[in-house]
Amino acid sequence: MNMKDYIGIGVLALIVAVMPFAVGNDYYLGVLVFTALNCLTCIGLCLLLGYAGQISLGHSAFVAIGAYASALLTTKLGWNPWAAMGAGIVISLVTAVLVGIPTLKLKGHYLAMATLGFASIVHVVLVAAVDITGGPSGVSGIPRLELFGLALDTDTRIFYFCWALVLVALYFAVNLIHSRVGRGLQAIHGSEDAASSLGVNITVDKIRIFALSAVFASVSGSLYSHYVLYIDPGPFDVMHSVLLITMVAVGGIHSIWGAVTGAVLLSLLPEGLSFLSEGLAQFNIQYKTDYDTLIYGAILLSIMLFLPEGLFDGIRRSFSFFSKTNTETERGQ
Amino acid sequence: MKIRHVLTAMVAASALCLTSAAAVMAAEELHVGCILSITGKASWLGEPERNTVEMIAKQVNAAGGINGKKLVLHIEDDQGDNTQAVNAANKLIKKDKVCAIIGPSTSGTSMAIVPVVQAAKIPMISCAGAAVIVEPVAERKWVFKSPQKDSDCVKRIYDHLKTKKITQIGIITSTSGFGAAGRDQLKKIAAEYKMDIVADETYDPAATDMTAQLLKIKAAGAKALVNWSIEPAQSIVPQNMKQLKLAMPLYQSHGFGNLKYAAAAGDAAEGIIFPAGRLLAVDTVAANHPQKKVLAGYRDSYEKAFPKDKVSTFGGHAYDALWILVNAMKKAGNDPAKIRDEIEKTKFVGTAGVFKFSAADHCGLDKTAFELLTVKNGKFVVLK
Amino acid sequence: MMEPSSVSFSDILQYIIMGVQSGCIYALVAMGFNMIYNATGIINFAQGEFVVLGGLLMVSLTMTLNLPIPLSFAATTLAVTAAGVAMERFTINPVKNPTVLRLIIITIAVSIIVKGAAMGIWGKNSYFMRHFSGSEPLDFLGASLLPQTLWIVGTLVLIVAAYIYFFNHTMTGKCMRACAINRDAARLSGINDRRMVMLSFALSAGIGAIAGIIITPIIQMDYARGALLGIKGFGAAVLGGLGNSMGAIIAGILLGVLEAASAGLISSHYMDAIALFILLLVLFVRPSGIFGSSAAMRLKEF
Repeated sequence: MNMKDYIGIGVLALIVAVMPFAVGNDYYLGVLVFTALNCLTCIGLCLLLGYAGQISLGHSAFVAIGAYASALLTTKLGWNPWAAMGAGIVISLVTAVLVGIPTLKLKGHYLAMATLGFASIVHVVLVAAVDITGGPSGVSGIPRLELFGLALDTDTRIFYFCWALVLVALYFAVNLIHSRVGRGLQAIHGSEDAASSLGVNITVDKIRIFALSAVFASVSGSLYSHYVLYIDPGPFDVMHSVLLITMVAVGGIHSIWGAVTGAVLLSLLPEGLSFLSEGLAQFNIQYKTDYDTLIYGAILLSIMLFLPEGLFDGIRRSFSFFSKTNTETERGQ
Repeated sequence: MKIRHVLTAMVAASALCLTSAAAVMAAEELHVGCILSITGKASWLGEPERNTVEMIAKQVNAAGGINGKKLVLHIEDDQGDNTQAVNAANKLIKKDKVCAIIGPSTSGTSMAIVPVVQAAKIPMISCAGAAVIVEPVAERKWVFKSPQKDSDCVKRIYDHLKTKKITQIGIITSTSGFGAAGRDQLKKIAAEYKMDIVADETYDPAATDMTAQLLKIKAAGAKALVNWSIEPAQSIVPQNMKQLKLAMPLYQSHGFGNLKYAAAAGDAAEGIIFPAGRLLAVDTVAANHPQKKVLAGYRDSYEKAFPKDKVSTFGGHAYDALWILVNAMKKAGNDPAKIRDEIEKTKFVGTAGVFKFSAADHCGLDKTAFELLTVKNGKFVVLK
Repeated sequence: MMEPSSVSFSDILQYIIMGVQSGCIYALVAMGFNMIYNATGIINFAQGEFVVLGGLLMVSLTMTLNLPIPLSFAATTLAVTAAGVAMERFTINPVKNPTVLRLIIITIAVSIIVKGAAMGIWGKNSYFMRHFSGSEPLDFLGASLLPQTLWIVGTLVLIVAAYIYFFNHTMTGKCMRACAINRDAARLSGINDRRMVMLSFALSAGIGAIAGIIITPIIQMDYARGALLGIKGFGAAVLGGLGNSMGAIIAGILLGVLEAASAGLISSHYMDAIALFILLLVLFVRPSGIFGSSAAMRLKEF
C-alpha cells in the first residue's frame, strides 16, 4: 500500500531537483520557498485534521513561536540559528501539550473557537510585548542559516533545503499514517467512543499528534525567519491559521497529498492572479490584489459545497475514471 | 496507480513552471521601484504619494524622459505591512531589476527594508519621518530620506512648550515604527530642553479607544500632551480628550499632515499644534521665500491632476524623493552605485525644505524646514 | 511604566462606562450566535462580518450619500438581513448530511468572502462616522458619558424587549423556540423547521448589523474588525451558556467591563488577550458557561 506514496515522494523529489533550472528568476524561487514552508505546516495540520479529525484554527501561533524564537534568540542573545530553531521546537512542543490537554477535550465548534482564541492571544502578545518582540516594528537583522559551513544565502540553496525538509516530513508522515499510531488516529476520526473501547488511548494520541503538527509549524516559522531575515506580527495573525486550514481543506483533508496539493496551489495563487491582472490590464480591466481574499473564500466555499473531499480527491477520481483502474481508497479502510 | 501519481505530479509541475516566465526588459527604459502604502492603515500617506509619482513620471516622459530614456515606475503596494514591504523590495530588486527605490511610506516599513537594500546595494529614498532610517549614516550607505527628521520635529515642539513655560508633559505614542522612533526622540531630547515627561503612554496602531491611557496621563499631572503617530488612530486621542474634558494643549507630530486626520477628529481637532512642512500653508509663505515657487507649483499641478484630493505633505515627500532621484539619474544613468553617489551630492529646493545632502547627512534638512501649524475651522493655518 | 497613581472613583466609573459600551456590542453579537445555534447547532464563524457590514454600509449611506440617519439605519439593517438570508440559502441549506467540520469550514469560507468583498468595496481604510446626536460629552457622577453610549445601551434594551416579546408572544417566535428545544418534535407538530433556520440567519444578521451601526461612530470601522468582534461575541455566548440569550447579555456586559477595567488597571495593550484568556478559562473549566446548566449542554451535539 505504501508503494504509491513512495513513488509520489520520488516524483516530487525529481521535480524539486530540476525546478531551479526551469525557473530562471530568483523571485519565483522565493515564491516556491514560501510554498515549501506552507507545505510543511500543512502536512502537520493534515495529520491533525484529516487523520485525527481535530480542527485547529491556532496553527499560526506555532508558526509565530518558531519564527520569533529563531529571530529573538539569534539577534538578542546571539544563539546559533540551529540551536534557536531547536529551542523554538521545544517551546512549541511544550505549548502544544499545555494548550492541548484542556483544549482537545473540547469538540467541534468549541475546539475551533478555543484554538482560534489561543492564536489571537499569541498575536496580541506579539504586538503588545514591545520590549521583547519589538511590537509592530518587528525584529530585523536575523542571520542566515548555515549548513556544514555552507551559508544558505542564495535562493537556490534555500529552495533545495526547504524542499528537502518537505520531502523528509512527507516520508515521516506517510510512515506514521501506516503505523499502529496512524491507524489509531483514523479510528479516533471515525468514532472516538469506539476507538477508546478498542484500547486506543485517544487523549494521549490526540495530544501527541497536536504536538507533532505544532513542531512542523514551528520549523516552518523558523525557516521563514531565516529566509526573510525580518519578522513582525503581521503574517502570523488569525487569518494565517484560516489560510492554512483553507489549504488543507481545498486539497482534501483525508490525504497528505491533498494537503500538499492545496498548499502548493494556494501558495502560487497570488502569483497566478498577478499574471491574470497583467493580462486583464491589456483589456483595461483593473484587477486589484485586494480581490485575492475574495477569490480564496470563493474557492474554499465551492470546494466545500461541491467537492467536500477536496481537489486532490477530485483530480484522482477523474484520473481513475479515465484509466479505469481499481477504485480503492487511499486510506485503505 | 503509478500513472495517476505521475500525472498528478505533472499537473503540479506545470503549475509551477507557469510562474517562471520572466519579464523581458527593453534597453531604452530606466526602471525605478516605488514601495508605497497605497491601501491599509497608512493609505492617507501612500495614496497621495502614488498619485504624485505617477504625475511626475508622466511629466518626465512627456519632456523626453531622462536623457532620452523612458522612466518606468514599478509601483508596489505594501499595505502598510512591514512583511509586505520586504517582499515588495525583494520582488523589485530580483524580478524587476530596478536601479533605485522610492519609499516606503512609513518608518516601520522603511526600517524593515533597510537591510534588504543595504545587502543588494540599491539606493532608496524613504518617504518616512523617523531619523533612525538614515542614522547612523555609516550603516545606511544606500539609504536616504526626503521628509524632515522626527528629532527636529521634537525640537520645534519643545521650543514652543518653552515659550509657553510648560515643562511637565505627557507623551502618548503609537507602537508602530514611526511612533516608537518618535517616543525615543521625545525622551532623548527632553533633558536638553529640561522637559519633565511625567506620563509615557503608548497605544496600538489599531486601537480604538485611548481613554485608559488619557486618564493615567491626567492623574500624573501633565500640563500638555504630545501625541505621536502616523495612523488614523491618532485622531482618536483628541476625540477621547474632548470626551474626558481634558483641557491641556495637544501637540501632534508631522505625521498629522493630512487634512483627513483633522477631519476624522472633527471639532475635537481644533487648536491642535503640530510642526509640518510649509506645503500645507503655502498661501501664507512669503513670495520671496526660496520654496515658494516649488510649493505653489506642486500644489497647483497636484490639485489640477486630482481635483477631488487636497495636497498633503506626504505627496510632497514623494515629489521631493522622485525629483532628487531623477536629477541624480540624469547624471548617473541606471548604475545604482553612481546614482547613490550623485544623491549624496544633491542640493535641491523641495516641498519639505531646502535639501543639502552630504556623506554625513542623508536627510539634508534641519529644523528650519518646519513651520508650526494649527487647526482652525477644520483647516491648517500657520500658528501665530 | 509610571508609578501606579491612585485610582479615583470617577476613573473607575469611567472604566465601567467604557466597558458597558463595548459589552453591549458583545452582547448583541452573542445573541446573534445563539439564534443560529439554537436553530441549527452551528456556530456561525461569519457572525462578526455582519457587524462589519452593518458599520461600513452605514458609513457609506450617511457619510458618502448623506442620507438621514433613520433611513440609513433601516436600509442598512435590511440589506445585511438579506445578506444573512442569502448566506443560509446558498451555503447552509444546500448541504445534505453535513459534518461539523464541513459546516465550520463553510461558515469560515463565507466570512472570508464577506471580508474580501468588504475589502474590495471599501478598501482597507478605517472609516469614521458622525455620532448620532453630537459628540458633546455629558457629566455623570464625575465621569463623562457620550450621547452615543446612551444610544448603544438604549438600542440593546429595545432589542432585548423585542426579543422577549417575539419569543414569548408571537407564533413564529414560539415555533422557533420549539425548534431549538427539539427539532424533530417540532417538525412532527407541523413546524417548517427549514424556514425557521432561514429566519434565524435573518434575525442574527439583522442584530449584527445594528451592533455595527451603533458602535461605528466610536471605534472607526474597517473591513478586518469582524474576526475579533466575532471571537469576543462568542466568548460572551459561551460565558452566558451557549444558546442562552439572557445569559449572553449579562455575560457580554461583564466581559466588556472586565476588559475595560484591565485596560485601565493593568495594560491597555493586553486588553484583547485578557478577554480571550477568560474565554478559554471558561471553556476549559465550565464549558456550559456561568449561566448555562451542564445538563442542557449534554443534550446538544457538538
